[in-house]
Amino acid sequence: MIETCDVAIIGAGPAGANAGIMAASQGCHTIIIDEQAMPGGQIWRAKSEAIKSAPMTPEIIDGDKLRVSIAESNLTHIANARVWQIERELDEWVLHFIINGRSEKIGAKVLILATGAREYVQPTPGWTLPGVIGLAGATALMKRDLLTPGKRTVVSGTGPLVFFVASEIRRLGGEVAAIVTPNSRADWLRALPSMSYRIDLLRRGFVWVADLLLAGIPIFWRHAIKQIDGETKVQSVKVTKLGNDWSPKGPAHLLEADSVCLGHGLQAASEASQLLGIDVKYQLELGGWVPEVQEDGSTKINGLFICGDGAGIRGAAAAEIQGKLAGLSAAKSIRPEVNSSNSALLNSYRRASRFGMAMTGLSIPRKGFQKLITQETIVCRCESLLRCDIENEIETGAATTNAVKSGSRAGMGPCGGKYCQSTIAKIIADRENQSEEKIAPPTPRPPLRPVSASALSGEFEYTDLQIPKPAPL
Amino acid sequence: MTETYDLAIVGGGIMGCSTALRLAEDGMKTIVLDQGDLGQGASGVNAGTLSLQIKRVQLMPYALKGHSEWEAMGEAVGFKKTGGFTLAFTEHEAELLYERQALKADAGAPITFVSNNALRAAEQNLSHKVLAASYCPEDGYANSSLTGQYYRLRLKENEVQFREKCNVKLITRNSSGFNLTTSCGTVHATRLLLAAGAWLKPIAAHLGVDLPVRARVNTVSVTERMPPLISSIVGHATGLLTMKQKSNGTILIGGGWQGQGVPQDGRGNVTAKTLIPNLSLAQHVLPELSNARVTRSWVGFEANVPDFYPLAGALPGIENAFVLGCVRGGYTIGPYMGRLMGDYILGQEPELPLFDPGREFSEV
Repeated sequence: MIETCDVAIIGAGPAGANAGIMAASQGCHTIIIDEQAMPGGQIWRAKSEAIKSAPMTPEIIDGDKLRVSIAESNLTHIANARVWQIERELDEWVLHFIINGRSEKIGAKVLILATGAREYVQPTPGWTLPGVIGLAGATALMKRDLLTPGKRTVVSGTGPLVFFVASEIRRLGGEVAAIVTPNSRADWLRALPSMSYRIDLLRRGFVWVADLLLAGIPIFWRHAIKQIDGETKVQSVKVTKLGNDWSPKGPAHLLEADSVCLGHGLQAASEASQLLGIDVKYQLELGGWVPEVQEDGSTKINGLFICGDGAGIRGAAAAEIQGKLAGLSAAKSIRPEVNSSNSALLNSYRRASRFGMAMTGLSIPRKGFQKLITQETIVCRCESLLRCDIENEIETGAATTNAVKSGSRAGMGPCGGKYCQSTIAKIIADRENQSEEKIAPPTPRPPLRPVSASALSGEFEYTDLQIPKPAPL
Repeated sequence: MTETYDLAIVGGGIMGCSTALRLAEDGMKTIVLDQGDLGQGASGVNAGTLSLQIKRVQLMPYALKGHSEWEAMGEAVGFKKTGGFTLAFTEHEAELLYERQALKADAGAPITFVSNNALRAAEQNLSHKVLAASYCPEDGYANSSLTGQYYRLRLKENEVQFREKCNVKLITRNSSGFNLTTSCGTVHATRLLLAAGAWLKPIAAHLGVDLPVRARVNTVSVTERMPPLISSIVGHATGLLTMKQKSNGTILIGGGWQGQGVPQDGRGNVTAKTLIPNLSLAQHVLPELSNARVTRSWVGFEANVPDFYPLAGALPGIENAFVLGCVRGGYTIGPYMGRLMGDYILGQEPELPLFDPGREFSEV
């Protein structure tokens, strides 16, 4: 017999944690499973135990509030646990997860996926050199361990994250060589009306930028990194001006740096949703392919809810509220007496979404941007495949992401295509003269994360293996 | 506008494509239609094992021919002749191994029984708990994920038309042949070959023929790259494990453990209930596998009929229509079956007999 709860939630970021607190507050036996040691997700990541005395930041303060709420609730939080497989057995979800090197499982009547986002980093010549990390990866380093990415860092990418990362590097004593962003000042001005839905968040952004300008950090607007150079690690970065569609335009400008933070927006982590049979559709304004989900997180599958950035990139503020909405609706599906209609919550969700989607809008690379991926740029890092390898595969007639994957091995490495598939879809779309929404992502495959074979099998006796009858002779 | 062909083939897997290539040799104007991409059904997702030790006795002559076909296709399909061991761990399995492999050897497969010392000399990392082992030097593997790429290129070279993502929605007959209404236009063909694998039953139903086709849902898993651990393909006496280490270091684990789902509903699902024992058995055979991370598991639909012999011949009751499929071990035998089928459609005597789809089927 396995333990069965009313509501199981995967992910303890803003969406998952709030969904859990809400469902538990409505009297549901709720379990939240998360990969991290502490709740908070990427945005409210806790500091490591070793450095508790470091100064507080708004992220830590919000995160600590959340962690206290979880501690005070009836929620069961399973930390350091990695869900690798989800199955439906009769009316129940069964979640298989690895914890302490072993595979365990729990059952749940209702499942809420709050799997968050992953960062899209467009391949750039030299991006595999040591010293290059993702913008989101840099935030994790800084929030948890107070480590800066290097001594002198070029911070490059789209949307608001470049300004946050640059100001954090400075706060932690690192040097920012420059900020390089494909967005223009005009892009930001155009986003202001939508941003005014969350004045609090807008104000924080102003503070970052003001601090950077006062410190005289060069900001290269409407620019991108053309190439990262170095023998064994980053030594310099070539920066180029971009045209309106973000095609490279004009001569390169050289910057000295020992590290680069690079990122081009977030994408919904939707593998679990897809594996459970939820269709994905292409919604550029939400970051690309997103599962089909209602505002309260409900889906076409009874007992399955999806909320937060995993349902489309609307940002942490919206995720927090959608988590509450999904928690309420999930609770109602277990306990019909729960009143799940809450128009105030719904309205604040919509306001926060407008803000988040404006940020997503700024983060999405425009059509010309992929011209920066040269033929010799590594596209699939796991299998060391260059852009020209992908193009050669398309040349043989492979016109879908599945066919390119089969023929070239792109996406067959440990990351399972999480890092390369968007780029490959863009390359196919470009070659086939199709729009990106016609190039569906490849068939997702379990496990949701790589799992060690020994964790799955545990201790077993050969004689206990239930070996079916042999094949006909 | 309706396109007209001598033959339309429904299903762009190994069976359909290899038949098309044989027909192209004799100048027949053929079109291959596939609902997805070429070679993405069972042809492209199986474990790629080419082992005479797991072939059925009666199919051995076909399997021997099949091995030569794969060897000739060579590097383009990732062919490697590594030799293969089949292992038994209990008295019962050893009996099964001796009985079965002796019959297969009689049928022409160069299978021998080997001592534990010989096994250990060849493969140091295998479990020391092996009780009995057989060996076949002809065994090896190919890379099934290259199937689509391979046939796409071969069809192009031979100027055979093919349409991918082309769903056949309706088949009607008239005096001059067959009209196929598809998601990419209407195709007219004088003759028709159904080679749709696990999807044969609904396709044949368009012509009012009920083929007793079912599908097994076979699970395959692959690990991340590992240091060299095994150089031969390795199987289990019951047939419930196949394992090989590819030249890139990844280890591919199959054996026909059953996942869930039906072909009509998509690609099927892996289930922990069978994945875990499948991987446990693999670790029992190769203990070092416990250090490996599994990066991907998937299932493929392997079609069969109650007697587990192929369907290869005329579609019962429908003139000028043919069917090819349900070949157990179809990956190995497929390219050869396609050649035989092509001969038959061309009115030539096939080198080995086909398998009448109109026969009485008895369950095994």
